[in-house]
Amino acid sequence: MNITQILFWLLTVMAIGSALMVIVSKNPVYSVLFLIATFFAISGHYILLNAQFLAIVNLIVYAGAIMVLFLFVIMLMNLNTETEPQKNKWLKFAGTIAGGCLLLVLVAALRDADTRTSTALVKEGDIGLIQNLGKTLFNEYVIPFEISSVLFLSAMVGAVVLGKKE
Amino acid sequence: MPINLYIFLALALFSIGVIGVLTRRNAIIIFMCIELMLNAANLLLVAFSKLHLADKANPALNVATNGADAQLFVFFIMVVAAAEVTVGLAIIVMMYRNTHSVDVNFLNRLKN
Repeated sequence: MNITQILFWLLTVMAIGSALMVIVSKNPVYSVLFLIATFFAISGHYILLNAQFLAIVNLIVYAGAIMVLFLFVIMLMNLNTETEPQKNKWLKFAGTIAGGCLLLVLVAALRDADTRTSTALVKEGDIGLIQNLGKTLFNEYVIPFEISSVLFLSAMVGAVVLGKKE
Repeated sequence: MPINLYIFLALALFSIGVIGVLTRRNAIIIFMCIELMLNAANLLLVAFSKLHLADKANPALNVATNGADAQLFVFFIMVVAAAEVTVGLAIIVMMYRNTHSVDVNFLNRLKN
């Protein structure tokens, strides 16, 4: 077992463990912190796959900006109490069973697929570097890039309109 | 690494997100679970973007920017997720202002 596999399993355990803690912790602030840990683990996977630009963007945009926005809203609403109304125990049980069945069916369907011999390259390949991604983005994906600016503008206007006191 | 492991990791993260959406009543945590599902899809896209380069026998696959499309899709998913979060959190703040709770069951009132 070389260092890459050790890192892979470490990051996998970290990602799944903190994702589980997101949905079982009672306090929403802890949920946000565990979700940040999950994003760090996923960024580690990106670095392992040599997708360095996405790893940094994932950290800056998700763990940096979006999660701070979540924390800000939670603390603004004073939700860091543990008084969240709980669902009916049977509803929780049914939700867990349904999600587990989804996982079971998907894993069972993909277990014997033709992907067993395929490997994802780790620690090599340079498509994740910002030079190649930038060239592809501005050569072939200029129109979606510009349209996403319109999307951001409309989202900003929508957030302001929704948040405004009437 | 075998691509199977990445598929199963992404499936596990996605299923955890689904379970969270189904079992929690706090609107913010439901929203965070949706982010988790988006990230599972992102991880799978990045893993598959490094897949076809493994075929050394086919020289047509050895172009330097092969697979950059998948990573740009991930970039655009992040863009859309950021826009979604701003609007969604604004809706949650408005809901809290009206009902003084983020319990999604209070949204039953929308019926009347």
